[in-house]
Amino acid sequence: MGMRLLDGVFSVMKVNSNSKAQRTLGCVLLALAVCLLAGAGDPTSRFNDLGHQLMCICGCNQILLECNHVGCPDSDGMRTELMAAVSRGDSDSLVQQAFIQKYGPTVLAAPLTSGFDRTAWILPFVALVLGFGLVVVVVRAWKNRPTPALADGLRPAMGGELDRFREQARKETEL
Amino acid sequence: MAQIGSFALLFAFALSVYCFAGGLVALISAGPNSERLGETARRAGIALFAAVLLAAVVLVVAAFRNDFTIAYIFHHSNRDLPGPYKFATLWSGQEGSLLFWSLLLAGYGFVLRLRYKTDPRLFAYASVILAGVQIFFLALVNFAANPFGVLQGPLRPDGSGLNPLLQYPEMVIHPPMLYLGYVGFTVPFAFALGALIMKYPGEKWIHITRRWTMVTWGFLTCGIFLGAHWAYSVLGWGGYWGWDPVENASLMPWLVGTAFLHSVMMQEKRGMLKVWNMWLVFATFWLAILGTFLTRSGIISSVHAFAQSSIGDWFAWFLAITMAVFVYFFFKNKDHLRSEHKLESLVSRESSFLFNNLLFLLLCLDVLWGTWFPKISELVQGNKVTVGAPFYNRVAIPVALLLLILTALGPLLAWRKTSFESLKRNFKWPTLGALAVMAFLMLSPGSWGSPFGLRPWQDISYFYSLMAIGLAVLVALTVASEFYRGGKVISNHTGQGMFASMVQLTHRNTRRYGGYIVHFGVVVVIIGLAGAAFNQDKEQEMGYGDKMTIGSYTLVCRSYTDEEYPNYAAEWAVLDVYKDGRQIDTLTPERRFYKASQQTSTMPFIRSTLAEDLYLVYEGINQDTGHPILKAHLNPLVMWIWLGVWIIIAGTALALVPNAPAPVHVPVARRVESSATATPVPTAGD
Repeated sequence: MGMRLLDGVFSVMKVNSNSKAQRTLGCVLLALAVCLLAGAGDPTSRFNDLGHQLMCICGCNQILLECNHVGCPDSDGMRTELMAAVSRGDSDSLVQQAFIQKYGPTVLAAPLTSGFDRTAWILPFVALVLGFGLVVVVVRAWKNRPTPALADGLRPAMGGELDRFREQARKETEL
Repeated sequence: MAQIGSFALLFAFALSVYCFAGGLVALISAGPNSERLGETARRAGIALFAAVLLAAVVLVVAAFRNDFTIAYIFHHSNRDLPGPYKFATLWSGQEGSLLFWSLLLAGYGFVLRLRYKTDPRLFAYASVILAGVQIFFLALVNFAANPFGVLQGPLRPDGSGLNPLLQYPEMVIHPPMLYLGYVGFTVPFAFALGALIMKYPGEKWIHITRRWTMVTWGFLTCGIFLGAHWAYSVLGWGGYWGWDPVENASLMPWLVGTAFLHSVMMQEKRGMLKVWNMWLVFATFWLAILGTFLTRSGIISSVHAFAQSSIGDWFAWFLAITMAVFVYFFFKNKDHLRSEHKLESLVSRESSFLFNNLLFLLLCLDVLWGTWFPKISELVQGNKVTVGAPFYNRVAIPVALLLLILTALGPLLAWRKTSFESLKRNFKWPTLGALAVMAFLMLSPGSWGSPFGLRPWQDISYFYSLMAIGLAVLVALTVASEFYRGGKVISNHTGQGMFASMVQLTHRNTRRYGGYIVHFGVVVVIIGLAGAAFNQDKEQEMGYGDKMTIGSYTLVCRSYTDEEYPNYAAEWAVLDVYKDGRQIDTLTPERRFYKASQQTSTMPFIRSTLAEDLYLVYEGINQDTGHPILKAHLNPLVMWIWLGVWIIIAGTALALVPNAPAPVHVPVARRVESSATATPVPTAGD
């Protein structure tokens, strides 16, 4: 998977080699890809990562590697199983599936990224995008509102006159 | 005693009904006696506080007298329970905590009704609404969860005891603080709804509401962090926040309340966001009740939750009724909430508040969604899923980082419109400072647990940590620059020293500069939270003289022993701590077995410094070898979190202090002379 990503980055670089800006972007992407992939296969860090994605099922509601009960009937066995799976070189999804089959879906500390569970992940980001869009729309709508009329024939400063006042105020309040 | 308590509660219920009904009739009718009727309703509201207080005192006295004829006392106390925990019995169970809730609500109502002269009509509306909420809670403790229920059968010689996890000094103060926060949001809601119903002219109600909200917000903040500190000190897993539904329940009203405290400024200064603020006040109150519903109904499984009971239905109905009442009056009177000004620019203080509100609400939505998703999944798929820390970390941290950017940017933006030039000018040095700190963290030879400094590409948590620290520094520098610039202006005008000028500046606009201090406290908390990316832990069985190394510490087991106490039996280990070959401390992590409740509890020993916490847990004895098993955690920067909370509390307290009047020091002629270089002193209107 890592090699495929690197190939993709190189192909992006080849196609766009005529543009200096795009070449720079390609280099940044390559550097990021190398950095992100470095050390990904270390069994200890994988055990640590996966152990923090699983729950202890003894009812303590704790992450597997944070379960602190001496004599906990489950966590020691689960850790041993996890270590065995990591040592065998099972992929992350295979390890997760094996735990789900044995202990049920609540063994995962977070919802899956497939099926209905995917909505758990999507909704917050959809809300973020929609929210930002909504605020921008609201700000624009409010900007375009007509200015309320002033009493007694007073005329609000507009355009260049307003900018001049602002500049004067800025100068007078400069530190 | 049970009869006295029950009678007091029933009497309080009758008084709350009178306060509500009498006050309502007085407000609706315009007859000659309506004023006197309203006054009697107000006095009934004051008297109901005395009645609920009597009931609470009776329950506490029953705990101290070991009156196990009362079922609640039997289930939550025992003879050998130390005095402070007997006092805490009041809120340690379902029925008692609801009584405590009623007491606090009556207490808030008592203060509100005494201060009615501020604005008699608005306070009369608020009093009636408060009485409506009070009726609900008093109905609960009278008819659904009575704390004075009598135990049937023979008299028990001793009680079942308090949950061992609650036998910790902070549990004597954490629940009251949290409840003061939860309950307190009823008061802003009562004022907001009252103002909406009566189409209150002007913004005075929002001044009154803001002050109450700040007090309440301060209590809730204290409560949340005391809970985090309790979890850290007692639960023994080395962390302070587990994203448990009950923790989330306290966070949601806090987030929305914080959004309100920001957006209310737009209504005060510019007459904008009136509809939005109304909804925020309501949502804060509603989420506080929803959190209680989550805790009490057992609908969401949690290690904190009270036992499943029928009172969940009561809360569901109450939530529905309050929503219906609010929505009805909102649509009836929404024309009254028109904005008075238009927004002039996307780059302005106003729009920064809009984005600020958006991000707080998104965080709240993330927490709400994560809390309810197991239930939703069960309804849709037929099976529950777990939504734990990995989910929240992934969805909430990016939003929190955006919020930090806005915290840095917001104070530098002017109302109405800000030019990019001035933004660039004010932002340049803080940004360079933050980038320098980030570069130092990345290039420095070593940080906690990593010999290669803070490398954001090695792990996403390192990336978040680096960003959090960098942005925290950015916020701190913008706050510092605000104090510096304001202080310099006063210094130029008065000839005082810079520090004295900054103190005077703060006195002149306590709300603004108190708010900045709160922001600074948040920054300190964020730095503390960022340290979690570098936590280490190690578990080992340790016999006499055995060593364990974690980080730069070496732990040597000197001895281990056990001892009997009246309330519990304890086992502990004595460990010498060495750093750089020199003994620096002796730690005694402990494990207790509480006799009455037949439950065990760990008492971690925490050695805190500004740089890191050495956190030791006595996990128990290996039955095969007879040696204790110890788990050591090395948690960087945790002390910063607790320090930050103190700063937040100080800032909140400062913001509640009235402004000092700005003295005139400089004659007009001299001021004109120096006008080319002088900046107007920021005042309360800023």
